[in-house]
Amino acid sequence: MDAHLSERKAQIITKGTGESAIECSKQSLAGSVSQRACVFCGSRVVLYPITDALHIVHGPIGCAAYTWDIRGALSSGRDIYRNSYSTDLREKHVIFGGEKQLYQALSGLIDELKPKAAFVYSTCIVGLIGDDVNAICNKVSREKEIPVLPVQSEGFQGSKKDGYKIACEALLKLVGTKNNKAVSPISLNILGDFNLAGELWMLKDYYEKMGIQINATITGDGRVDDICNAHQAALNVVQCSGSMMHLAKEMKEKYGIPFMKVSYFGIEDMSDALYEVATFFKDDSLMTRAKKLVSEELGKLLPALSFYREKLQGKKAAIYVGGAFKAISLVKALRLIGVQTVVAGSQTGNQDDYKLLTELCDEGTILVDDSNPNELSAFVKETGADIFIGGVKERPIAHKMGLGFCDHNHERKEALAGYEGMLNFAREVYSSATSPVWQFTKLSS
Amino acid sequence: MLLRHTPKEIKERSALTVNPAKTCQPIGAMYAALGIHGCLPHSHGSQGCCSYHRSTLTRHYKEPVMAATSSFTEGSSVFGGQANLLTAINNIFTIYEPDVIAIHSTCLSETIGDDLKQISEKAKEEGKVPLGKHVIYCNTPSYVGSHVTGYANMLKGIVDYFPESTGKKVDCLNLISGWVEPADMREVKRMAKMMGANTIIFPDTSDVLDAPQTGRYTMYPKGGTSISELIASGNSKASLGFGEWATKDAAIKLENKCKVPFEITDLPIGLCATDRFVQALSKLAEVTIPESITTERGRLVDVITDYQQYLYGKRVALWGDPDQLIPLVEFLLDLDMKPVYIVSGTPGKKMAAKLEKLLSEKVPEARYKNGELADMFLMHQWIKNEPVDLLIGNSYGKYISRDENIPFLRMGFPIMDRVGHSYFPTVGYMGGIRILEKILGLLMDKQDADSPETSFELVM
Repeated sequence: MDAHLSERKAQIITKGTGESAIECSKQSLAGSVSQRACVFCGSRVVLYPITDALHIVHGPIGCAAYTWDIRGALSSGRDIYRNSYSTDLREKHVIFGGEKQLYQALSGLIDELKPKAAFVYSTCIVGLIGDDVNAICNKVSREKEIPVLPVQSEGFQGSKKDGYKIACEALLKLVGTKNNKAVSPISLNILGDFNLAGELWMLKDYYEKMGIQINATITGDGRVDDICNAHQAALNVVQCSGSMMHLAKEMKEKYGIPFMKVSYFGIEDMSDALYEVATFFKDDSLMTRAKKLVSEELGKLLPALSFYREKLQGKKAAIYVGGAFKAISLVKALRLIGVQTVVAGSQTGNQDDYKLLTELCDEGTILVDDSNPNELSAFVKETGADIFIGGVKERPIAHKMGLGFCDHNHERKEALAGYEGMLNFAREVYSSATSPVWQFTKLSS
Repeated sequence: MLLRHTPKEIKERSALTVNPAKTCQPIGAMYAALGIHGCLPHSHGSQGCCSYHRSTLTRHYKEPVMAATSSFTEGSSVFGGQANLLTAINNIFTIYEPDVIAIHSTCLSETIGDDLKQISEKAKEEGKVPLGKHVIYCNTPSYVGSHVTGYANMLKGIVDYFPESTGKKVDCLNLISGWVEPADMREVKRMAKMMGANTIIFPDTSDVLDAPQTGRYTMYPKGGTSISELIASGNSKASLGFGEWATKDAAIKLENKCKVPFEITDLPIGLCATDRFVQALSKLAEVTIPESITTERGRLVDVITDYQQYLYGKRVALWGDPDQLIPLVEFLLDLDMKPVYIVSGTPGKKMAAKLEKLLSEKVPEARYKNGELADMFLMHQWIKNEPVDLLIGNSYGKYISRDENIPFLRMGFPIMDRVGHSYFPTVGYMGGIRILEKILGLLMDKQDADSPETSFELVM
């Protein structure tokens, strides 16, 4: 069996074989066992961590059920975002429309829960049955005097990445609507961190130690009021370029706020994120504090890491994650602990990120866009990888093949960002790659 | 307090589901299709549906779950998904080489009006289906019924396509399995074997979703009902469907198609439902009930007798699917417990009627609701008004369990935060002992944790 279809050939390259740049941003082939999701999924995961907003899914029950509290985005405040609210459309609504259903559900919930804003997610059939979600949202917004934002995330419009953009559009309707917060000239918004396992709190702590005010966190541990005031920050720092770049670009355009793309995974990228921010503010004291912070953190971290580096030296890793930008950080972080990346791929990477990723990887590394289990298992076999870094659907495949696994997606249980996160990452990679279970995978005869 | 905003006061709701006790049809169709050997389920809709179903099943089973998708685009939603599905069928047989593609629709493709029958026939005409390979399909509009309906519809799709009748009946009994775990299907096979019955079970997810670690990834694990068995089921002398919601339609269809008479029993959960299942199996397969089965039954009864004092009068709230809930309620009553609150998002008037019959005399205060607006929010409100001693249901009960400090037995789908459900059966007499062990463990743990030192006891 061929590992891949001829149509997919341009989406798979091996570094150093003279192949041209990888193709990406293509629609998945019909019939593929793609690991990708849809527009709704993209919008929902991005907006979901806004803790004091109401999130209601307009559609049949599935879309609400499958996204009920699945992302470990933590809150320091309210937690209505962890419930599942749905209009649960039935056949009669498909025939006669679901507007009334939506109106009643929204009004009732806003009275009951008093959220700061409401997001209304449209699913596939809402567009088809012709519900005027915008009109309902406007009406409820007027009546209840809170922002009610339609998120036009009908799944069929594309992949998860397209959903990110739609989520950003909804956020843009909030940004700039309030000016009721004291914002320092040395302030920033953290974009694209979702506070999985409390990662955002770590980052916030780093920046605050440097003397920077954190204005809005979008969307991890997010607050509607902060987002409304987000235009007052001096800088947008964007992680997870796929999901929040659109917001950053639009805010630059509209409010003149510059942005900077960073990553918080691994020592190098994390430290760069702090230094670049310090440089941006042209304030020596910030840089001094950043250097002090980094040296203190590294002073703790490096001795602790050396154990793992020694044990993991020479191990090989396969990476398959959501975006290619994350893969770049992972390659570097793995290198730091002695692990060579032999497969690097993503569901929705873009050309720029793939270019960087290709440059960074060693000769012979397989790079792949929008892969599937068959391909991934063939690549793993071909390259002799020892460990797989991926998400929920990849874990059992890796385990069946006898590979260690580290979840770098929603289901991470420990913070992987920052310095502390680097140590957690090393520990997780080590514990899984060297688990005694792998010696039992076959019964010796 | 994750659910601190759940108010005690129960207001009339007309248009809102909060924390559902169901999900949509397609995932049921996908689960059922995985019980055919060498089958790749196919989701005819947007990419997200397939991804969600695979992720949910993976979270429940910690197993690779394979399924393909038509990857709908804006264009397909305007012009129909025929082109996508034809390409998909071609690509799937070329690259993934399944023996069967089991297509289910989604709310999107249903609303557009794609005709799966016509498209799959066209694929065949165009030579996209290699010789000896099969394309089956079923309609699973997400806005009708629930995940259970989707499971039932895929079973109908299987029966529609495979069984053939030669006109000569053979000594074989079809066991049409309701939505249970791989371990349950394995347990039913074990019991049938003990009874000496010659059976064909479908679907059968054992050895598919509880596959061993072998150091190899195989797209099609060794389990699942084989195609030859599915075809042969048309010659069986009878069918026994266990789980009415999930299997009745398929059993009727098989009778109409191949003249295989059928009986439907409850899922064999607990003592009496297992008794009825064993009796039906004995009657239809024309085998006697061996002593080994009677001994297992005796063991279950023995455990009940030994621990009755811990069970008496305990109030239980449970949620899930009608096929599980009905025999479970009956079992709880036989244990002298009080099933007081029952919720299922799955519609069907029969559920209330069956519960009424079981509960009206013994637990007149019981409240139950299924179908629209029967959700975990309502369940929580009931509990807030008068608490219970035990919760039984899928993982979504953990919020209530934590907030109200109530022991919680995980049963049903999905279970995303505990292990065991796919390995240890809850059906049959042995499954009854397991349920009992779990219930007693929880109640006794609670008693140990809460009792003051003076009444903290070693022997229980």
